[in-house]
Amino acid sequence: MPSPNRDQGGGTPRCPRTPPTPEAREIVFDFLSDYDDPSIWGAFWMTVKLTALSGVGSLVWGTLLAAMRVSPVPLMRGFGTAYVNIVRNIPLTVIIVFTSLGLADIFGMTMGASDFDVRGFRLAILGLVAYTAAFVCEAIRSGINTVPLGQAEAARAIGLSFSQTLGLVVLPQAFRSVIGPLANVLIALTKNTTVAAAIGVAEAALLMKEMIENEAQTLLIGAVFAFGFVVLTLPTGLVLGWLSKRLAVKR
Amino acid sequence: MSSVLYDTPGPRAKRRNVLLSVVFFVLFALLLWWIWQTMDDKGQLRWALWEPFTESQAWTTYLLPGLGNTLKAAALAMVIALPLGALFGISRLSDHRWVRGPAGAVVELFRAIPVLLLMLFANEFYDRYTNVSSEQRPLYAVVTGLVLYNASVLAEIVRAGILSLPKGQSEAAMAIGLRKGQTMTNVLLPQAVTAMLPAIVSQLVVIVKDTALGGVMIGFTELLNTRGTLAANYANVVQSFVVVAIIFIVLNFLITSFASWLEGRLRRGKKSTGVVLGPATVEGTAATGAGGTI
Repeated sequence: MPSPNRDQGGGTPRCPRTPPTPEAREIVFDFLSDYDDPSIWGAFWMTVKLTALSGVGSLVWGTLLAAMRVSPVPLMRGFGTAYVNIVRNIPLTVIIVFTSLGLADIFGMTMGASDFDVRGFRLAILGLVAYTAAFVCEAIRSGINTVPLGQAEAARAIGLSFSQTLGLVVLPQAFRSVIGPLANVLIALTKNTTVAAAIGVAEAALLMKEMIENEAQTLLIGAVFAFGFVVLTLPTGLVLGWLSKRLAVKR
Repeated sequence: MSSVLYDTPGPRAKRRNVLLSVVFFVLFALLLWWIWQTMDDKGQLRWALWEPFTESQAWTTYLLPGLGNTLKAAALAMVIALPLGALFGISRLSDHRWVRGPAGAVVELFRAIPVLLLMLFANEFYDRYTNVSSEQRPLYAVVTGLVLYNASVLAEIVRAGILSLPKGQSEAAMAIGLRKGQTMTNVLLPQAVTAMLPAIVSQLVVIVKDTALGGVMIGFTELLNTRGTLAANYANVVQSFVVVAIIFIVLNFLITSFASWLEGRLRRGKKSTGVVLGPATVEGTAATGAGGTI
């Protein structure tokens, strides 16, 4: 928790016209070191952990869903379609709050955690995976749909077997065109981890809420956290955007 | 049915598909049975918990006012964000670097910041530097956050819409002596708006979903927020979540259906240049930025 007497530094920086002496600069920024549970680094590290774990989880579940949606079995296709259309029309906030108030409090699904913080963390990942997987599924399916039917027909015509057609011709092309849409999903997921603040996971948005309510430097705090997210999302977008352009199948 | 992944099934594949169907059906039925049993164990299937939703009071006191606020915030955000987005989208296409540059920077910045951060910041900003009353402040904050974020997304949609027009359109406009401004307002924008309409309508789904954040984090009395009050009154947490989720699903489904109806109608229409931007097209063009429709 932040120390109770940190309001001391809060009122002073409003005074204009004073030249920014080293002390004044210290007063303006001293709130940054007043928070150590979590610190700004700790809060953003939590954001990164949430993003990475739910990213992996939703990639697995989303790929399974995509496999169902393109499978030749009508029942699986129906399930995949229903899941995607239901889940992506529910706000993520509703899903995440439900994991805490519904799954954990009423059905006792505590995800094997005794600690409240750990429980919130795992529930948030569960909610994020359930939600993001629907978008991963759509990204993968659209990637598969960019492969022209003629590719598979040509592969069969030269006598490749089913697994050769899939493994050597169709999937390599599909994977390459899926990178761009998946990068978009990953960036959106990074930003969506802030919703975990709704069930008290100590990540960046929750720390910002606490700091911005207690400190005087509204604009500065806003800028610091905005900058943190720009740092997290911009390189991801640039690197994966470059990669998807480089690997794109020229048609 | 044949696709790029598999051929029309022969007798062996047909048998395998039937087997897979049966296995999947059994697994799915087991899952449903398990959910039903768990609900029953915890007494969540008792009619008393569901009954409030068959009476008008739960709707008129909690759900409908909440839904009203959700729609109000979403509509306000859309109406304000659209002209802003158009302005920034057009600015990004400007011939002058000093217009293009800053507009691009603003759009990229606000697309990179989570909408929740924008709402929290706006809430605190209105509290300290303006005299917006504390009852009105959550609505202001939610709409501000949504406008800042969605204007930048809509700017990308507008830009994509204008870029999708055939080059001959602006060349023809130039040939008959229109100025740059006239070319934009009389030739490019009207066609682009038609092409973008489905994408703009589906952006409403994102806006509607994001209003729920304001309900939890800054006390805006939208649907998810009034659900809390309702559940506190009738002690039916799970049931109220189910009903609220269904309301959101139906609402967003209606918006999406309207968007695809519009898309189909525009595609069939003879007046446009035939370019129509669906939600998918925009996701594709927004390659390096923040994810479009999530």
